[in-house]
Amino acid sequence: MNDRVPGFSTLAIHAGAQPDPTTGARATPIYQTTSFVFDDVDHAASLFGLQTFGNIYTRIGNPTNAVLEERVAALEGGTAGLAVASGHAAQVVVMHTLMQPGDEFVASRKLYGGSINQFNHAFKNFGWNVVWADPDDISTFERAVTPKTKAIFTESIANPGGVITDLEAVSAVAKRAGVPLVVDNTLATPYLCKPIDHGADIVVHSLTKFLGGHGNSIGGLIVDGGTFNWSREGRYPMLSEPRPEYNGIVLHETFGNFAFAIACRVLGLRDIGPALSPFNAFLILTGIETLPLRMQRHCDNTQVVTEWLAQHRKVAWVSYPGLPGDRYHNLAKKYCPNGSGSVFTFGLKGGYDAGVRLVSNVRLFSHLANIGDTRSLIIHPASTTHKQLTDEQKVASGAGPDVVRLSIGLEDSADIIGDLEQGLEAA
Amino acid sequence: MFVAMNHDSYSDAYIRGILNTVKSIAMVGISPKDNRPSYFAFKYLLERGYTMIPVNPGQAGKEILGRTVYARLAEIPGPVDMVDVFRASRFAEALVEEALTLKPRPQVIWMQLGVRNDAAAAKAEAGGMKVVMNRCPKIEYGRLSSEIGWIGVNSGTITSKRARLLGKGVQRMSLNRTTMVGASAVAAERAHKDGSGGST
Repeated sequence: MNDRVPGFSTLAIHAGAQPDPTTGARATPIYQTTSFVFDDVDHAASLFGLQTFGNIYTRIGNPTNAVLEERVAALEGGTAGLAVASGHAAQVVVMHTLMQPGDEFVASRKLYGGSINQFNHAFKNFGWNVVWADPDDISTFERAVTPKTKAIFTESIANPGGVITDLEAVSAVAKRAGVPLVVDNTLATPYLCKPIDHGADIVVHSLTKFLGGHGNSIGGLIVDGGTFNWSREGRYPMLSEPRPEYNGIVLHETFGNFAFAIACRVLGLRDIGPALSPFNAFLILTGIETLPLRMQRHCDNTQVVTEWLAQHRKVAWVSYPGLPGDRYHNLAKKYCPNGSGSVFTFGLKGGYDAGVRLVSNVRLFSHLANIGDTRSLIIHPASTTHKQLTDEQKVASGAGPDVVRLSIGLEDSADIIGDLEQGLEAA
Repeated sequence: MFVAMNHDSYSDAYIRGILNTVKSIAMVGISPKDNRPSYFAFKYLLERGYTMIPVNPGQAGKEILGRTVYARLAEIPGPVDMVDVFRASRFAEALVEEALTLKPRPQVIWMQLGVRNDAAAAKAEAGGMKVVMNRCPKIEYGRLSSEIGWIGVNSGTITSKRARLLGKGVQRMSLNRTTMVGASAVAAERAHKDGSGGST
């Protein structure tokens, strides 16, 4: 009678997947099809009316993508997931479900530069207004809340500066405000940090990074924590009001603790359209099977590399929460006890020019704008990912002119250090 | 030896055993409106092969999905294996008392997601009936058949066994399969306690 609770590694391999019911295929098949036949007219009506579970059209759902959705939801400890075309698409679909034109959301100012752009510009065209707060001073979140606030957004480990957010403190602000806490858990992955355990209501991912892990597929995912009561104050009409798109169904009443994920699917993904290719879902699923092994190796390598860099004569500083003395070291021990990830920044005493020389002279590190690959990656954020920000925003988000960002891969740490050593000679 | 049933958490085996055993289900409190959760659950279970019997005094004599609606459990002509309570928690005890008078006696009292009445449960168990509270049979069927995974829901199940087709088209699955039970959905337990949710 005892239900055994599977461990993280078991979930990473098995959750959501099973032998294919019709062929017995053990690996998850790539259901590369746009559409699915109905059993009969009544079955079709039930599917379109959301009265039964099943597949209609790959923009709304696909069996390969569904395995990925359940897999990540299980790893995060959520009730349901929704796969979308990219991490940015995940953020659009989440906010589309939460926000009405003229509403506000409070976001940490230390975010991935692409998210800062998306919030400052694209979202404002929809009338979704971001109000920035400082993750190093939680009271700024509290002060930013107004009657128009519909959500609070932060990253668990922020890109690129290795900022770790005190999720429980931010969650307390969200609870007092009566709004959901949305956490981007891309850099930590659920192997290092499970935000729902610390009070997050919704988790978003760029699957492109460590979850996929091999630098071959763009993808995004939304996890519903099942924790938020959407009907309490009626402030989220997508969930608590009868939907004219679906014959007057009230999604929260009908789907209970996974209603948010359903709303994102049937109102967001269906109507906005950023569907994930089943082929990408397959590649990302294959990556997730080894997530625990890879993340630990990423962290172990990064610990060795950051300790070495911190001693280097040309390095002014290293910002990595895994280093004793780092300002986020204690938060890292609480929220990411297995390691602080593999993305960090460091500053060169030689400033901007030294950074350019370093990225030009490395031979193992790849100079490109991504993170979370098997390969070690290097970039100079000020001239690339964060180029569109003002100088003030660059510094505020940890991407000043002297800053170099690394994403440490799975190669031998001696080879990673050897490449940095010869690259720094030229810097 | 009598071991008190834990109604905060049910094993998958317990739920699967019930859904694999019962054939006729009387749904008390079903709505005739086709956008209501009770209607969804009724239609879904009907499509999965259960003999569904609508019970609603306000609709007595009419039909829902081609099935005659009865005012009370006692008026149902055939045997009822399970009573699905789609009413507020306070009505559960009277329904249990009504069920206890039926011959043959139903095997299961199932209270919907958000419905919990421990006194009613104790009374039903003393009368030899199994009890499930604060769960939806549609969600549980979908979870244990793995159909619910098609909409990205965390089923909380792990298995290396192939799901079986129900035999009515390709998008309906049966419950005849074992799982490495567990994963019990910490999130699901949490949400059940929250009591905010509906059911599908």
